[in-house]
Amino acid sequence: MFKSLIVIMISMILVHNYPLAQFLGICPFLGVSKDMDAAKGMGVAVTFVMVIATAATWPIQQVLNHFGIGYLQTIVFILVIAFLVQLIEMFMKKSMPSLYVALGVYLPLITTNCAVLGVCISNISSNYNYIQSLFNSFGAGLGFLFGMILMAGVRTRLVDEENFPEPFRGVPIVLVTASIMSLSFMGFSGMFS
Amino acid sequence: MAKESRLKYLTNGIIKENPNLVLVLGTCPTLATTSSIINGLGMGLSTAAVLICSNIVISAIRKIVPDKVRIPCYIVVIAGFVTVVQMIMQAYTPALYSALGLYIPLIVVNCIILGRAEMFANKHNVIDSALDGIGMGLGFTLTLCIMGAIRELIGSGTLLNFRVIPASIPGMNILNLASGGFFVFGCVMAAVHYFSKDKSKIRDNVGEADLFREAQDLKKKEA
Repeated sequence: MFKSLIVIMISMILVHNYPLAQFLGICPFLGVSKDMDAAKGMGVAVTFVMVIATAATWPIQQVLNHFGIGYLQTIVFILVIAFLVQLIEMFMKKSMPSLYVALGVYLPLITTNCAVLGVCISNISSNYNYIQSLFNSFGAGLGFLFGMILMAGVRTRLVDEENFPEPFRGVPIVLVTASIMSLSFMGFSGMFS
Repeated sequence: MAKESRLKYLTNGIIKENPNLVLVLGTCPTLATTSSIINGLGMGLSTAAVLICSNIVISAIRKIVPDKVRIPCYIVVIAGFVTVVQMIMQAYTPALYSALGLYIPLIVVNCIILGRAEMFANKHNVIDSALDGIGMGLGFTLTLCIMGAIRELIGSGTLLNFRVIPASIPGMNILNLASGGFFVFGCVMAAVHYFSKDKSKIRDNVGEADLFREAQDLKKKEA
């Protein structure tokens, strides 16, 4: 039982890594990875919201299914996520000001982060139970954090732009970098069958 | 003059301010759903449909919605249209629906749609917003088709499932996988930078990062 949970988590971090193998959460992955601190903050905030959002949306889906209105999934989930993000922000501001200073700025962006909605929907569509869903989301968040840190580490060395051909300066070189990183992540794909 | 500027709203999105190549928004579906032309076209058209409808509705309700709760309102409108598109696709194009899978509900969080609502539709009237939606939608679809064509041609040697490169030459399968998506998108964007006349429009970072910076500035002002 516990072993299968660990397998779910590791496979989300390495094999099905969200930004590098599944193309979820690409916007912050490319946009906020310019410096290491922002990348870490964003990664931690996303992980946090992912786990809480899963904890809330999984029971809600059961309620929707019970009433036969499962097709409202998209609308209900995005509203719940937006509501939760707002709530977390307000709660942090009041009772954890130091954490708010560190993570607060990333929270408004997370509502429109496709990785959060993506993990909630994929937990439902892969028929995970509650515990499995939580571990899956936590793994997805850690994978995202891992990808962000790797990307930020590489990008701190990409500052010297004079070495690249002119059209590749800016976003294209970052995309090519991501391509090579994703290629190396493909090496993990045979790890779990 | 009025007609000319309206035409500009329509054409702006297609090349000059192409949402994903120039504004660098909506990168997730651009990378994830372009392993073939059909998938790219399907994704592009469904996003365009949602974008046009939501632009029209948001611009129609822009004077009624209070400023403080506008983002949640926009999200509800967008999510409603996404659900409609999702159900239509499930009924009439089941093959495409299963190929695109998770990425159809994720149209809700596509930054192009919310971005256009915030930047354009809540400041312009219904007709202009509809034109902007059509232009941006077509621009998005065009990019997805180009990406899909390159990846399908080099990756599996076919175009729209017709064999172009003889089967004796094996395709470079890597382009159909994740890393190929990043690589082709990078190259297409570099090509756009190379051919664009107005270099000032080129962004050195992803569009979402600007939103992030704005959020940060807003927080600083509040503090």
